[in-house]
Formats: sequence, structure tokens, C-alpha cells
Amino acid sequence: MAKLLEVSGLTTSFRTERGPVMAVDSVSFDVDAGETLAIVGESGSGKSVSALSLMRLIPNPPGEIVAGSVMFEGQDLLKITEAEMRAVRGDRIAMIFQEPMTSLNPSLTVGMQVGEPVMLHRGASWKAALERAGELLARVRIPDARSRVDAYPHQFSGGMRQRAMIAMALACQPKLIIADEPTTALDVTVQSQILSLLKELTRETGAALILITHDLGVVARYADRVSVMYAGRVVETGTARDIYKRPQHPYTQGLMACVPRLDQVLGRRLVPIDGQPPDLTRLPPGCAFAPRCGWVTERCLQERPSLDPVGNGHLKACFVDVDARVGEHV
Amino acid sequence: MRAYVIRRLLALIPTLFFASVIVFSTVRMIPGDIIDLMISQNDISAGGADREKLEAALGLDQPIYTQYFRWIGGILLRGDFGSSLWQEQSVIGEILARLPTTFQLGFMALFVALIVAVPIGVWSAIRQDTWGDYLGRSFSIINLAVPGFWIGTMVMVFPAIWWGVSPEVKFVPFSEDPIGNILQLALPAAILGTSLSAITMRMTRTMMLEVLRQDYIRTAWAKGMNERTMVVRHALRNALIPVVTLIGLQAPILIGGTVIMEQIFVIPGMGLMLLEAVSRRDYPVITGVFLVVGVAVVLINLLVDLSYGLLDPKVRYR
Repeated sequence: MAKLLEVSGLTTSFRTERGPVMAVDSVSFDVDAGETLAIVGESGSGKSVSALSLMRLIPNPPGEIVAGSVMFEGQDLLKITEAEMRAVRGDRIAMIFQEPMTSLNPSLTVGMQVGEPVMLHRGASWKAALERAGELLARVRIPDARSRVDAYPHQFSGGMRQRAMIAMALACQPKLIIADEPTTALDVTVQSQILSLLKELTRETGAALILITHDLGVVARYADRVSVMYAGRVVETGTARDIYKRPQHPYTQGLMACVPRLDQVLGRRLVPIDGQPPDLTRLPPGCAFAPRCGWVTERCLQERPSLDPVGNGHLKACFVDVDARVGEHV
Repeated sequence: MRAYVIRRLLALIPTLFFASVIVFSTVRMIPGDIIDLMISQNDISAGGADREKLEAALGLDQPIYTQYFRWIGGILLRGDFGSSLWQEQSVIGEILARLPTTFQLGFMALFVALIVAVPIGVWSAIRQDTWGDYLGRSFSIINLAVPGFWIGTMVMVFPAIWWGVSPEVKFVPFSEDPIGNILQLALPAAILGTSLSAITMRMTRTMMLEVLRQDYIRTAWAKGMNERTMVVRHALRNALIPVVTLIGLQAPILIGGTVIMEQIFVIPGMGLMLLEAVSRRDYPVITGVFLVVGVAVVLINLLVDLSYGLLDPKVRYR
């Protein structure tokens, strides 16, 4: 059976003063119905741009999707018209953004904003939309939800706003929800509440979830599969379990080494990744991670590795057989 | 809200006091006083005795502070702004008779300014750096660069030269013929409005560009909204808050503009009255008009401040 979403070869370029930058370069990933895929990477790795590209929300200019396809329910989202795309956005694919403080319109009531997709896509009246907004706010466990329909965003806390954003995303029962760092701007205690809620609601509604994050702790708890991005490319993809137990790409290993884990030997030091994230306007000809990689070979500097299977649905973009060389390296 | 309005109205008192002192004293500093004018016009030989008699008759022989307190006392105690020194008409009666015409011209000009500025500003912003934007911006720069009085004069002069037609100079009061009256004021209102629209248009464009970059606009797009709904429902309201402030600040410019337009198109409003009064050094008329204009400007700005509450839910008046 075809996947719900299959992104392949997606390439998004931005015009900058120093020439075009490939913020997303030949990125491929897929999501099954009901599945949670985490896209992991540091700032500037292209994870948010990938998500905005598949929603066709890249501001043009300066951005432009230059290649690739986004097959969603048998339709290439990059080939349909803007009007057809509008019918997809907010209805079959919904998006939750990073900044709950600024992602809600300050001059409209929360209820209007949460109910709006129902009005846009189901032709509901204002009254029906506001009623639905009340139900949705109750569903994301906003206390006293019915009376909060008329509240304005500034009367909500950060966590409540993000709940409202989730309610808005759920409004039309989408097949896919993209959450772009939904908890980055929130307190740690609120973070886990929001993620658990999101996970629970996607399970109930059967929606697939793309969870964009830089937090590997989040990935371990909530994702079924993981794609790791570096410098605009996917460098490793696999099940969350495989990525944790047997990371194959040196970058993924580096990420794992700099996160504290409960199951690790006590007293072990956290190891940061040396060097700086790459400058996308001046990428090396070979592997973008090569300058920071402890396993780097001559070939890594010349040639760009492709994303190849290493078995069991696990893919990596690296020439080095890390498992075989683990003994040599400390 | 009520407490806020009362507080704002109380704050009017010191403002108007200083305004009245300044107006009262500066008009008396204009070189060439009313006595000289009266003497030269009536061809009276400029004898010292006549001069003193005239001054005493007009009450101008008193020290300036006595004159001021007599004037301000009359206003505060009896609502009496004094009488014209030439015609002995009641100043306040004359102002009240002319005020509606000036206000009508002002509001019509403001209306024109807004219906020109806001759509062009919005269009320029959502089509930033396209030919439509360049056209909109050029239009606004032209309006800013070309003074309204020049356009007004050209509109009076050239049709007369080319086709032998000129705008009606006989004033049609609103009470007699509302449509004829509005049509008569339409031309000066349009000229004044378009020249006022320049800054408002630039402000609307800038604020729209600012708002369009906000995260909540991206949220709106992600909901599958079309551009028109997005602009009308999500962007415009947030963008208009500073534009409304600007309208308040433009109130004095608007009133100044009506003075000029009334002169060019011979409209019997306060502006024409003021201009005539200044040229005849008719002190009570000048000070009366200025005081009324001052009150109007302050009240317009109060209205503007109160209208924020309608646009911005975060604003609550305490």
C-alpha cells in the first residue's frame, strides 16, 4: 500500500546576497497513516524549511522549491494549483508552529481562530464554527473551554495558546499534522504535557504526525521513526529504536553523545560535537559533515554520500562503516 | 472607560489655557494693528485724538492682561466669544453658522483620503515590488510633492481657459440642496483628500508589510485561507492601529487644508472667516476661531485614542 506522504528529492533554494542557498537539498522521507515521524536536526539544518516546502508556504521570493515531489494521498502537492493546495492546507494537512505567543492573531478571539478552518473548508457558519471551537478547546483540555471561546490570545498562557494551536490543527480532522518544534518556546513541564496531548490526540484521530524537533529526548518518547537532517540533507533515517540503539551516521552518534541518558553509565561525560554548523553558502564538495567528523576519509572530502539502505529499513548517507571501526576510535 | 474620558477632558483645560494665551497675545503682535487699518480705510486723518478714541471704543486701550481676562471671562461665564470689531456680529454665532460647512469639508476630505490611501497601501504591500506597488508609491509621492493649493488653483483656472467652465462659486447650503452641496464640496474635498492620502498610504503600506511578516499570518496561510480573507480578516485590522493614530495627528493639517480650499473655492466656512479676520486684524474673530479649532483637534485625538479599543483588544481604558 502506498504511504500517506512520500517526499522525494525535495529541493528548496533561497536567494541570498551571497548567491543561492540550498536550504533543503534532495530531501526524501515518507510517513505512513497514523505514524509519527520525527525530523531531527540543529538550527539551520533545513527541517522547518522542509515542512514549509511541503505545505508550499515558502515565501517566494526569496525562496523557491526547485525540484522534487510531494505525493500525498496519491496527489503531487507540488503540481496542483494554488487553489487546490488551499483546499489541502488546514483540512487534510494541518500545521502547528513553534511560537505560540506570536502564531495567534492578537486581534481576533481564540474561538474565531480555532473555528476558522471549519468555516473555510466545511462551509460552516460563524455560529457553528464557534461551537466547534468550544468542543475543540475542551478536547485539548483547556479548562472552562466554552467560556474561553471569546477570550483573546493575550489572555492565554503560552501552554494554553499552544493547546489552542493544536485545537486549530485538529479542527478538520486532518490526515497529517506537522508540528514544527511545538514545545521549544514552552516551559519544560508544559512541554511534556503538550507532546503527550498531541500524541494522544493523533492516536485517537488516526492522524499521522511529523514532529520537527532538535530534542532527542522528545524523539525517543514520541516518534515511531526518525529522519536526521544536517546541512539541508537527510543523513540518516530509521526506526526510533534503531536510531537510538545503533546510530549509523557519525553525526547522529555525535548527537546521541551530547544528550544525557538515564540508561548510561554514571559519571560518563557528555561529548559535544567539535566545530561549527556549516555555512550553507560555502558547503564543501564532499560530505557536509566531513570537517567535523572523527572518521573522515579522503573519499568523504571529494564525494557526497547518498542515502543508502543499511538493512531493516534503516538508511544512512555515509561512506564509513561505523560499526566496523568503532574499535579504532575512542 | 468613563473615568478615562473624564480624565482626558480635564486634561483639556491646561492645554486650552496655554493655547488661548498664545493665540491671544500673538494676534496682537501682527504688525499693523486694527486701528491703523480702520483709519486708513475710512480715510480719517491720523490724528492722535481719533486713534485714542477708537482704541477706547474697541476696548484696546486696556492693558493686554485685562483684555485677556475680559475675553476669557466672557467665554467661561457667558459663552460669549465677543463681537467682531468691524461688524459687531457675535463671534460665536458666526462660528457656529460656519462650523458645519468646514466640518463637512473636512470629513469629506478625510473620507477621500482613507478610500484612496488604505486600498492603495494594502495593494502596494501585498504586491510589494511589482509594477502595481511602484505605481501606488509614485502616486503617493506625487500627492506629497504637489501642494493642494496649486492643484486647486489649476482646477479653477484651466477649465475656464480651455472650455470656459469654472466651478460654481455661489455656495449652495446643505439645508437647501444636499446633493448640490455635496457635489460642490466634492472637488475641494477630493483635492484635499488626495494630498492627505499620501502619508496615510505610506503608513498603511509599511504597517501591512510589517504585519504580513508576522507568524500569525503564516498560521492563517497554513489554514488554507485565500488572500482576500487573510488580508481583510487577519492583516488589515492589526495594520490599521498606527494608521488611526496618524489620522489623529493629521487633524490640524486637515483643518489648515480646509482654510486654503475654502479660500480657493469660495466656500463660506470657518477657514474663509479666519482668513478674512486675519487680514482685517479682527482679534476676537481670530482668537475665537483658533480656540474652536484647538478644541476640535484635541477632541478628534481623544476620539482616535478611544477607537483603539475597537481595534486592539489589549487596550482597556482605566
